[in-house]
Amino acid sequence: MKTIYILWLRALKRYIRSRSRIVGSLGQPILFLLALGYGLGSVFQQAGQGNYFNFLAPGIIGMSIIFTAIFSGIELIWDRQFGFLKETLVAPVSRVNIMIGRTLGGATVATLQGLIVFIITLFFGFRPYSWGYVPLLILFMLLVATLFTALGTMVASLLEDMQGFQLIMNFLVMPLFFLSGSLFPLNGLPAVLGAIVKFDPLSYGIDAFRWALLNMSNFGPGVDFAVLATVTIVFVGLGSYFFSKIQV
Amino acid sequence: MDSIISVANLVKRFGEFTAVNDISFDVKPGEIFAFLGPNGAGKSTTIKMLTTLLQPTSGTLVLNGHNPVTDPSAVRKSFGIVFQDPSLDDELTAWENMEFHGVIYGVEKSLRRERISQLLKFVDLEDRKNSLVKEFSGGMRRRLEIARGLLHHPKVIFLDEPTLGLDPQTRNHMWSYLQELNKSEGITVFFSTHYMEEADRVAQRIAIIDHGKIVASGTSAELKAQTKKETLEDAFLELTGHEIRDEDAGSIDKMRRMGRMWRGGRR
Repeated sequence: MKTIYILWLRALKRYIRSRSRIVGSLGQPILFLLALGYGLGSVFQQAGQGNYFNFLAPGIIGMSIIFTAIFSGIELIWDRQFGFLKETLVAPVSRVNIMIGRTLGGATVATLQGLIVFIITLFFGFRPYSWGYVPLLILFMLLVATLFTALGTMVASLLEDMQGFQLIMNFLVMPLFFLSGSLFPLNGLPAVLGAIVKFDPLSYGIDAFRWALLNMSNFGPGVDFAVLATVTIVFVGLGSYFFSKIQV
Repeated sequence: MDSIISVANLVKRFGEFTAVNDISFDVKPGEIFAFLGPNGAGKSTTIKMLTTLLQPTSGTLVLNGHNPVTDPSAVRKSFGIVFQDPSLDDELTAWENMEFHGVIYGVEKSLRRERISQLLKFVDLEDRKNSLVKEFSGGMRRRLEIARGLLHHPKVIFLDEPTLGLDPQTRNHMWSYLQELNKSEGITVFFSTHYMEEADRVAQRIAIIDHGKIVASGTSAELKAQTKKETLEDAFLELTGHEIRDEDAGSIDKMRRMGRMWRGGRR
């Protein structure tokens, strides 16, 4: 328990101390909100789909969560050779606890990052359908963040060095984001794309965010929760397994 | 008394390559033991096996009466380590790095606080305890790592090329701490280095490893007598040859370079 807590605390302290990184990582979501939200707004409206900025906001919150979460998982590659993690690997504590502490820390940080983006959207005039659902939104954000931090850790446990980094970016993070329905509505998609979207766990996360923020959902919050929770458990399990096999 | 570290017929293969080829040696409690060898000779691999980070292919290891393969947890409690690569958290303060170590090793709170102040005083970092580690010089980091490695009162401390890149003043300072500690607490010191005069000065016993085999062991005087050379460096070259070892730049070296660029760019 103490191991989990101290690793979680470490992730949080590191996050709070790296103000320049927080600000830097907000550039991309803001750019997406401005360029896409306003750029495509009128086309979206003419197509009878309503306000695109509002539609996009939950997707961009999801984007900042998945990026932050996967990266804090991937950081493991670095950390196990040149960081504090190596220290913990020779300590008399179980690997599973190290993995869980790290994952919860990364997930908390990703959720905070998502909340900051949520607050930014408020400045752009975004208003949630009902404030009462915000606690549920945060719960879903934590779930999505945990899922992708565990995925990042799992991938990082299997990689030797940072060489595969570009590969992960192009063949994992980007597809997960672009095929999740963060940017486009899921109704009326071509059959193949529609099927692919259903295999992307982030789709259910974004759907849940839209449900909590806009009262708009394709799968329904029950299905979203069930899928996200199941995938999270699987990834944390697999992540713990691969992590326990790491030899430095 | 029995050996604190005992290695018998230890072998480690990575695929076709045999990094450690049937080595055996013993280290007595309270000894300062130097493990020398050219690049790629198998030093770090052996240390990693002793410290539970790698599984041996075959052979037996015993550290403080426990087997690293079957009882890693007991072994981990018995040693402290200073790695070749830095393993401090840069974004945390000196005190926080110590505190984290104490918590994961289960050192109880009041005892932990007391020992941290003592150790920080011991390595002359007390006045910098609330500074972030990223503001520290190489020597200060090393000292902090040593202090951290001692926090849980290990029986053995491993130091893998601990003085690499340190100036003679810092090196001297560091060894006087360790020798003092070795005398007062009876802690066993196991270290690897490329500096022969350092091994000559501080080590009570030396083992030289090359191509995964132990080619000689004994006191510095014995090694010099055996090879009929004046200095340990000459004895070392006599035993291991003059040929320069080119290690393939592995992924770790590449990351090390990237790390240097990354850190250089940020600070």
